[in-house]
Amino acid sequence: MVGRVHERRWQVITGDLSLLVIFVLAAFLGYEVISKVPSILHTPLMSGSNAIHGVILVGAMLIADEANGALQVGLALAAVILATLNIVGGVVVTDRMLEMFKGRDRTPASDGKKPADDDA
Amino acid sequence: MIAATLPNNALVACYLVSTVCFIVALKALSSPRRARWGNLIGIGGMVVAVGITAVDSHAGPHGIIPIGMTVGLVIAVPTARLVRMTAMPQLVAVFNGVGGAAAALVSILTFLRVQLGHPSSLHLLEILLGLAIGATSFAGSMVAFAKLQEVMTGRPITYPCQHLVNAALGLGIIGVGVWVIADPHLAGMVIVAVLSLSLGAGICLPVGGADTPVLISLLNSLTGLAVAADGFALNNLVLVVAGTLVGTSGALLTKMMSDAMGRSLPNIILGGLPEAGSTKELSGGSRTVRSADAADIGTLLAYSRRVMIVPGYGLAVAQAQHTVVELAKLLEGRGVEVAYAIHPVAGRMPGHMNVLLAEADVPYEALDELDDANTKFPAADVSLVVGANDVVNPAARSDPASPLYGMPILDVDRSANVVFLKRSMRPGFSGVDNALLYDPKTVLLFGDAKDSLTKLVAAVRAA
Repeated sequence: MVGRVHERRWQVITGDLSLLVIFVLAAFLGYEVISKVPSILHTPLMSGSNAIHGVILVGAMLIADEANGALQVGLALAAVILATLNIVGGVVVTDRMLEMFKGRDRTPASDGKKPADDDA
Repeated sequence: MIAATLPNNALVACYLVSTVCFIVALKALSSPRRARWGNLIGIGGMVVAVGITAVDSHAGPHGIIPIGMTVGLVIAVPTARLVRMTAMPQLVAVFNGVGGAAAALVSILTFLRVQLGHPSSLHLLEILLGLAIGATSFAGSMVAFAKLQEVMTGRPITYPCQHLVNAALGLGIIGVGVWVIADPHLAGMVIVAVLSLSLGAGICLPVGGADTPVLISLLNSLTGLAVAADGFALNNLVLVVAGTLVGTSGALLTKMMSDAMGRSLPNIILGGLPEAGSTKELSGGSRTVRSADAADIGTLLAYSRRVMIVPGYGLAVAQAQHTVVELAKLLEGRGVEVAYAIHPVAGRMPGHMNVLLAEADVPYEALDELDDANTKFPAADVSLVVGANDVVNPAARSDPASPLYGMPILDVDRSANVVFLKRSMRPGFSGVDNALLYDPKTVLLFGDAKDSLTKLVAAVRAA
């Protein structure tokens, strides 16, 4: 059913247990890595992390490679297309949102006071 | 077809590089200075992960891998580039949804591949989790898209026994899942998929339009978890790490967003906003509003000393950001102090309004966030509210019975005069009435935000 060569690729890190350890560590890391996000960045951050889960494309590619029969080939093609949409769409949308920040090196939260004086 | 399979170590090394890129990307995306760079690092991580997988695998039967990637690219780039900035929130929902769908399909394909090989119960559980979570996220995202795109009503959709129906669907998924684990068969997988799609839609229907951004963030986090489950099913490092990172950081982001809106997450998911009818004295029949013509308001603005502009979604849909800037410049030319007060959720998502105004070349320094703005309102002669409503509703401060109670608002009611540019008397996105509209110091100018602003520009010129 499945050749040894193919099987090997799936076992990048062998065993569910080591993956479980990695999962738990990654879960904590995900929680710690974003902290005190200013509200103007909530949407770009959501969109950026949305692009990152597009990495499911890797899974779609691995599984598509072994598809056989019309049903599997059709589903695999759909999976590859959808995953690519996720990555590319997510990245481009995020970049469009963040384009607006370019050339502005001030951090928005800290200097609300100063510009107010400029107006006066 | 192409290269021979790589040594395992090279593959692990590349996956490690790519996961580190994702971590750095998330970190950088939470700081305004490095956000754009962070997105680039994320792209780098993606290129490494996908690239090494491409080198290590073949093109698939009939070349479906390169074909699928090309098709995806050709659809995604123009869509993401050309859609108007105002439609960004629903676009994020769509791109999240397709990720969930891809995760569900990968689960089904993994199942088909291992079905006859006596898979372990644990392996089947991983596959089922990927399918159920992915399908739920897909259906939910599509409902969120439909609400934001106004294909369907943005109001909460409720029906009797809603929570019971959802609970039944959830139990159904678990029941059929156990059946599939005991006796792996495709029909069971399909039933799980259908039940999960229904559950996703069922969870999202009662969520009010104004809460939809929080919902999308939650679904984003769910898709991450679906990807992680597929990572377990495929024994793949990069899927597990990237999916989990998005899952937990997304959960935290969801909480931050609901906090910014002064809403609790269970309240958003379970409750929806109470029906507008439950806020008493909503249609207090005799209350009247004062509307004025553009000339009067233009004069008021032209002879003020301090004007606060409060832009909202109405400004965004009317594409009036350039006109409002024109008005502001004109006033500044007359020596009027002008500042923009930006509510954290002005527009439809946090940060949405900042992006729109930046597009119209409003300098960053002219945008006041909530706290700064609220210190300025008492000294302002006029607050000009352009297409915003819920974010200036004083009931959020004063009326514990209001569904908006507790949401941080812009205190425009503390300025000397309030001018609302509104399309109609329709309440805001939340469906809650705003008493400030009936306040004696409030005047209204009805019409499309862009038309009204253009009239005001002319009126200020004439004043």
